[in-house]
Amino acid sequence: MNNIPTDNEVILGILNNSESVLKRLYLAYFPMVMQLIINNNGNEDDAKDIYQEAIIIVYNKIKAGDFELSSKLKTYIYSICRRLWLKRLSQINRYGGDIKDFQEYLVVEEDTENHNERDLQFTKMGSALQLLGEPCKTIIEEFYINNKSMQDICEAFGYTNADNAKTQKYKCLQRLKKLFFQQ
Amino acid sequence: MVEQKLLELIERYLNGELNSEELARFELLRQENTDLNERIQTHKQFTDTIKHYGERIELEKRLNAFHQEIDVHALKEELTVHPMWIVKLWRNHHSKISVAASIAIFTVLMTLIVSGYFNNRETNYVQLKGQVAQIQKAVNGLKTHNSISHSNNILKTSNFRGTGFAISSNGYIVTNYHVINNADSVYVENANGKSYHTKVIYTEPETDIAILSVDDTAFKNLGNVPYNIKKGESNIAENVYTLGYPREAIVFNSGYLSATTGFTNDNALDSTSYQVSLQVNPGNSGGPLIDSRGNLIGVISAKATRMEGAHFAIKSSYLLKAIHDIPSDSLNKPLNINSRNTLAGLNKEQQVNKLKDFVFMVKVFKQ
Repeated sequence: MNNIPTDNEVILGILNNSESVLKRLYLAYFPMVMQLIINNNGNEDDAKDIYQEAIIIVYNKIKAGDFELSSKLKTYIYSICRRLWLKRLSQINRYGGDIKDFQEYLVVEEDTENHNERDLQFTKMGSALQLLGEPCKTIIEEFYINNKSMQDICEAFGYTNADNAKTQKYKCLQRLKKLFFQQ
Repeated sequence: MVEQKLLELIERYLNGELNSEELARFELLRQENTDLNERIQTHKQFTDTIKHYGERIELEKRLNAFHQEIDVHALKEELTVHPMWIVKLWRNHHSKISVAASIAIFTVLMTLIVSGYFNNRETNYVQLKGQVAQIQKAVNGLKTHNSISHSNNILKTSNFRGTGFAISSNGYIVTNYHVINNADSVYVENANGKSYHTKVIYTEPETDIAILSVDDTAFKNLGNVPYNIKKGESNIAENVYTLGYPREAIVFNSGYLSATTGFTNDNALDSTSYQVSLQVNPGNSGGPLIDSRGNLIGVISAKATRMEGAHFAIKSSYLLKAIHDIPSDSLNKPLNINSRNTLAGLNKEQQVNKLKDFVFMVKVFKQ
């Protein structure tokens, strides 16, 4: 179970929503990234953050179907983490201009830039949802994320009829849009 | 209310929930209303963002769950590049080490300053300069010695030696003025080691000529002087030789006449001298310069010191002039200049053999 999955296994596994493959992938390369971060002015929490970001980038890239394996997946992940960590270091002024490398690496700026843009959207969405408050937040999440039907929501929230629930959902969505675009 | 209905319609359309009748109506509406397409797009984008956001949160939860299974601390220990003990020592104690080093450097500097180390260095340097100057001086001195001249230098020694030669059988001897200059007493010593006291009866500093007269009762008549003093000038390239006392014994040296003029220290021409090329040493000053036929053509001297191998001899005509110029009251005995050359037919060895009794070491004593 803990053996390192082949690169093709990873791609097929993620496309097929395989939990076990994702886990094997996660466990396989974390030590490599940990080594990079803790030996370049970072700690284990930094390593976790950076590594998870990298895995998300890989995951989304595979899901979006535009993942072309031009190098080993290991090298790709290392390169992403290296790039992300360099950026983080320069943001917190801990970057001394030199990074100690443990692997060969690729130029992956485009991928990390795309990821950053999406990340920004999600951060905005997250805070907009927080500001929205209950019950709106749950209604929106249930309907738009968890694909619950209006009937289910109506019952769960105890609305007397579906129309009331729909009106409520409509109002919630309008407020969320407002909060989201205000930021 | 209309807005809400419209949005509901859009959502149902996007979810594919419209029945065929509704779909036909909606498509018609899309064609009529150009704004509608844009609204559909915007709504889709926004709801997608919500959906992807949810997925992201979900994914992060899963990843965090995986992360729980990793023993991060053990991994950290394992992966940290353990630096060498000296690097660790430095990292842990670098402030202390820095302070210690600063104090050490400061102490050393203070000690050096207090003990005058830097001053000494400077003195050493000056000393070195002095030494160099001394060496230069010595080299110059050597040069002057080599080229015989420089009376001042030489005469500072309390006991100095030159060469002289007889011009008459009764003890008139010619030498260089610079040899006997400032002397308290002058003695001449012959090849057999016998010394006689002399008196300086005439000097000519400008031609560097001095004439001595032996006033010692032990002095015996020398017999006829074998060489004559040449009146005219000699030719360039003529073979010449000299006898002298550069050391305790009489020394023979031969060479040739290089030029019929000499020159002074400031490169001015000196028509009173010949330039000769022969090896002479300080003690040779005042020695006779003899040509191959046994004529005395000059008195070894040296006024220039800067040219390697260039030595000078005062022309014999100036010697004759000097002899002529001796005031008659200075002569304590008759001075008869020999005009007969008895060396002419002899070979060099025979010449020298005869000559050596007429060449004296001039010993000068100063306080």
